[in-house]
Amino acid sequence: MPKETAIIDIRHLSKSFGDKQVLKDINFYINRGEFITFLGPSGCGKTTLLRMIGGFLNPDEGEIVMDGKNMLDIPPYKRPFNTVFQRYALFPHLDVYDNIAFGLKLNKLPEDEIDAKVRKVLKMVSMSGYEDRDIDSLSGGQQQRVAIARALVNEPKVLLLDEPLSALDAKMRKDMQQELKEMHRKLGITFIFVTHDQEEALALSDTIVVFNDGVIQQIGTPTDIYNEPVNEFVADFIGESNILDGTMIEDRKVSFLGHEFECVDSGFAPNEPVDVVLRPEDLYVMSNLSKAQFTAKVLSCTFKGVFYDIMVSVDGGYELLIQDYSHFEPGSEVGVIIKPQDIQVMHKLCTTNETEAKVIDSNHLEIFGECFECLPLDAKYSTGDQVRVAIDFDKMELQDNQEDGTLCGEVYFIIYKGNHYHLTVRLDSMEHILVDTDDIWDKGDLVGISIKKENIRIIA
Amino acid sequence: MRTFKRSYWALPYLIFMLLFVALPLVMIAVYAFTDSSGAFTLANFTRFFTTAEDLHTFAYSIEISIITTLLCLLLGYPAAWILSNSSLNRSKVTVMLFILPMWINMLIRTLATVALFDFLRLPLGEGALIFGMVYNFLPFMIYPIYNTLNKMDKSLVEAAQDLGASPVKVFTKITLPLSKSGVMSGIMMVSMPTISTFAISELLTLNKVKLLGTTIQENINNGMWNYGAAIALIMLVIIGITTLFSEGERENESGGLL
Repeated sequence: MPKETAIIDIRHLSKSFGDKQVLKDINFYINRGEFITFLGPSGCGKTTLLRMIGGFLNPDEGEIVMDGKNMLDIPPYKRPFNTVFQRYALFPHLDVYDNIAFGLKLNKLPEDEIDAKVRKVLKMVSMSGYEDRDIDSLSGGQQQRVAIARALVNEPKVLLLDEPLSALDAKMRKDMQQELKEMHRKLGITFIFVTHDQEEALALSDTIVVFNDGVIQQIGTPTDIYNEPVNEFVADFIGESNILDGTMIEDRKVSFLGHEFECVDSGFAPNEPVDVVLRPEDLYVMSNLSKAQFTAKVLSCTFKGVFYDIMVSVDGGYELLIQDYSHFEPGSEVGVIIKPQDIQVMHKLCTTNETEAKVIDSNHLEIFGECFECLPLDAKYSTGDQVRVAIDFDKMELQDNQEDGTLCGEVYFIIYKGNHYHLTVRLDSMEHILVDTDDIWDKGDLVGISIKKENIRIIA
Repeated sequence: MRTFKRSYWALPYLIFMLLFVALPLVMIAVYAFTDSSGAFTLANFTRFFTTAEDLHTFAYSIEISIITTLLCLLLGYPAAWILSNSSLNRSKVTVMLFILPMWINMLIRTLATVALFDFLRLPLGEGALIFGMVYNFLPFMIYPIYNTLNKMDKSLVEAAQDLGASPVKVFTKITLPLSKSGVMSGIMMVSMPTISTFAISELLTLNKVKLLGTTIQENINNGMWNYGAAIALIMLVIIGITTLFSEGERENESGGLL
């Protein structure tokens, strides 16, 4: 239930383009006056959602409610929102003044009032004196300021920003971030900001909504999202991290890297398989081995300006990234300590690939639409029966040539788990299958997947 | 050893231009300012400006040209707008269908129009002439406007809506001003050939209506090269002046036919 402070309430929003579902039943609310960021990789649905709030797209299902009113019946030109577009969308046939005055003139405001407002907003974006300039004669940063001024001059209740800084160079981007934050503080209106840049999101937002694949992964403050990611996607996407497979032995005790550690998490089932996130700056490294929880060997040590990126190897074939202010000689033995509060334990989304299968004959099953050989089936199954099968992550072989595998797909997402890679493969049927592998693959690689008959387990 | 300069590559084009562009223009000018014996004279021009019939034809040609251009604009702009609007037209094929008539020879198209009018028992004459002109030159209006509209950044329309512009305001404040260069190209592409065309008027009015092109053709066909050349020169100057005017309007805006 949204709180009193909510300005926009998004309920059960879904949208598909053709076969591809870009937003799947999105539910959340936006607080009045907050700086909220939609963060996610390209194609995650964040821009689609912003365009729906702006009114440029209609959802297939669901509603967008603002102050108790459903916005979907209201055309974009009547919504109390203004947008800063990704490539600014300034009108090339008008000068700076007329671009900014465009909305005010449509509202038939008196000439002197328009003039006062335009000059005030130009001053706010530090562009006084540019009134008569042509849009083409402005630099990217200046166009950006004009675009922001043009949106703000109409005093919207909500300002929508669609990756507004992505076209600027790094230095300019940093400056504009500061200015945006300052403007937000001064104006007190709601900012909805869309970006794929996690640093930008962490630096600017009051609240971050992390999207992936059309689904909200996590909503929280920047510190929440950074320190307590809810799943491996968020942990991997926000900042740098070591993500490892672990087992929750009991409350406040977790095992990974072949050792047991004290942690602060509880409420897991005994011996539940979990994902463990360790931020590289939270690992303490020292040359004194006796006080350490475990030892590691330095593989490389790279200076990054303030700190060193140290890659270490741990028994069991694990590699960890550690950030520290001191230099350690590659090849040397070091001790590592992890404090309980720095261990973030997360539920695994799933521990095996479970799916429906259809019995073809006594030793063949149809899984993901393909025919697989399996161990001889129990006599109680007959052709056409539905069964549930499980295929473990590490019980599949990936093939370079799609033709060599029974299933074909594309590597969609990769997480390094310290000693192996955890791949999400999107099959041609658009279903996802999770595969553990020791080999290096790239996102977008086309792979074939073959499964040995003894690795197909029938569970129901 | 002599070096072969890169500019020599331009030589064939230069010769082509001299033979087929510059020389004919000079010839027209020479014929226009001479009499049949080759002596210099301004009589051809004074004759044109004193012959009531020819002046009338001249004014009438311009009138027909303006009507045709206006009709093409009224029909062509909405067509171009619909073609460039992705929610109304998803296919490039529809655009091709509009351009397709340009692939057929103009004379054949006009003869077909005559046959069509006969079949429908419609009278040939001024109405048929304007119909034929519009039919023949409409693609030249649609295509440049379609091009500019198509190249226009669609987010500008969204930005205008976002700032509170209703669909009508979006059109008058954004789409129309930004497609001006296409409209200017279209007007030039239609109005220039309509002033000088003679085949369409000959076929669709059974030679009852005379345009300036017809006058020039008649004179030259009857061996009166000098007078024909003079009228051609006058037309050339008028077209040249209008082109200069519209060039000034267009500045360096992109768009246009190419």
